[in-house]
Amino acid sequence: MTAASAKVARRRAADLAFKVFCTIVTLAALAALATILWSLISQGLPGINLRLFTQSTPAPGSQGGLANAIMGSLMMCVLAMVMALVVGVLAGTWLAEYGGRSAYGSVVRFLNDVLLSAPSILVGLFVYEIVVAPLHSFSGFAGAVALALLAVPVITRTTEDVLLLQAATLREAGVALGAPLSFVIRTVLWRSARSGLLTGALLAFARISGETAPLLFTALNNQFFSLDMRHPTANLPVVIFNFALSAYDDWRQLAWSGALLIAATVLTVTVVARIVAKEQSRS
Amino acid sequence: MTDLALSPSAPPPRRRAAPRGAAIARVFEGLCFAAATFLLAALSGLLISLLIGGWPAIRKFGFGFLTTATWNPVTDVYGAAGPIVGTLVTATLALVVSLPIACGVAFFLTELCPAPLRRPIGTAVELLAGVPSIVYGMWGLFVFAPAFSKYVQLPMMMAAKPGSLLEKLTMGVPNGSGIFSASMILAIMILPFMAATLRELLMTVPAGVRESAYGLGATTAEVVTSVTLPYVRTGAIGAVMLGLGRALGETMAVTFIIGNSHGFPASIFDSGSTIASTIANEFTEASTPMHTAALIALGLVLFVITFMVLGLARLMLRTQEARS
Repeated sequence: MTAASAKVARRRAADLAFKVFCTIVTLAALAALATILWSLISQGLPGINLRLFTQSTPAPGSQGGLANAIMGSLMMCVLAMVMALVVGVLAGTWLAEYGGRSAYGSVVRFLNDVLLSAPSILVGLFVYEIVVAPLHSFSGFAGAVALALLAVPVITRTTEDVLLLQAATLREAGVALGAPLSFVIRTVLWRSARSGLLTGALLAFARISGETAPLLFTALNNQFFSLDMRHPTANLPVVIFNFALSAYDDWRQLAWSGALLIAATVLTVTVVARIVAKEQSRS
Repeated sequence: MTDLALSPSAPPPRRRAAPRGAAIARVFEGLCFAAATFLLAALSGLLISLLIGGWPAIRKFGFGFLTTATWNPVTDVYGAAGPIVGTLVTATLALVVSLPIACGVAFFLTELCPAPLRRPIGTAVELLAGVPSIVYGMWGLFVFAPAFSKYVQLPMMMAAKPGSLLEKLTMGVPNGSGIFSASMILAIMILPFMAATLRELLMTVPAGVRESAYGLGATTAEVVTSVTLPYVRTGAIGAVMLGLGRALGETMAVTFIIGNSHGFPASIFDSGSTIASTIANEFTEASTPMHTAALIALGLVLFVITFMVLGLARLMLRTQEARS
């Protein structure tokens, strides 16, 4: 009797300890992450003003903004997304509709999953070897290629997932009307999976817009405002990296503001992606 | 039927018009196949380009590249033991710190959290998993490092008796950067990612399985440790290894705070380097072709390490998916 009640007491104590541990670590983790967001906002917000968007990166001690870096990042991300969408949607379509069940299909799917979490700095090295070194120049194009390589696996994965969610009767109905499968895919399946594809694109955009490592030795950096992507192109992440490690207070302020801009962009895009995804699952 | 077709009065059979889009059906399928093959080509191209680029260094230093710790661009002699050990130590330490916390968060969210808070906290954790690593790096450099130096590093060094083990472990310049700080930043960075993945896995446990355990009188702790966690075991190990893979290949969160010295780290507070931070710092400033080759060979080492970890992780997650 006493042995049994002692056992119950021990189990209760273990359970209590478990619950307390889980609650405390959750609070601690949320607090740590809140601290990070708070220092980002408190340090970055004072530097957010019109100058940030209209002037280029300054020499230390003079006024300036991040206009060249913002523009460069935008150009590279948009170009990267265009390239990645074409390749990613087609590859995802092949996995879902054509060859996904073959042995080759599972190899491709596995490699895509591995690429999805590959170290981004290796992608930078790769693009340096195949684009920068042969052309003897760092360039915005090289940066866009590196970003595209990081975005493709995300888009492939979501495209495949979202196409497999579409009802088989949709395909059958289309094919029964005499349309070739490729026509059904383009006019029926892609259209009904539209918002899922959009979610994938937004997630990929969120993924690449904060990437720094692959741009360090592909796009490099540029002090001046330039729309020419054949040459080194300024971009937010690399400017943040250089300025944060500098010894000048005004450069560090710009780095914080830039980091806030990037984090806000990524979070907004992710939230929009989730809303779009929710609407897809509702319809 | 045949009679009808042979009768002279029947009109010649009309050819059906090819369906719209039939002409490009093959082209479209080919394009899709090419895009899928592109993925294969990208990964093998990555490996091949690292092999070719790093070959001069591999040929010159051979196996010693992995085991010696001299990294000297002046004499053009390179040994990668420092960065390799730095990579493995920071990633492992980050995982050891992060794993119990991530598990705690995931258990809290699936078993203990009051229902109205469940979704908001879960969503917040998922969102934080997407914050770019450079933000974590900056926070580490400007907020974590000074605080760590003041409140942890200095008191510990003061407390260490000369000649004791503690003194050996805490040796170094107390500026808040170093192997240990980098590991902590990495731990904070992979925490939301692992917690979100674990939570998602735990939510796949059928309600009936969990409820029957509670119905038999199991406590929450027992339900988690002997029912739900074993149920998702394979997937959970895969998720943890994905987190490890992230920590191994992370560049920005580490480069800011690890101190960037190439020697073999003498203690956990000493400054060091990882493979990714070394490449990020030196690649554009490489002085000789051999320096570049050595950095690319370092990349090859990172490729081999992370791809083994990631491959294993994906296989395990795949097994779990197939089971549930």
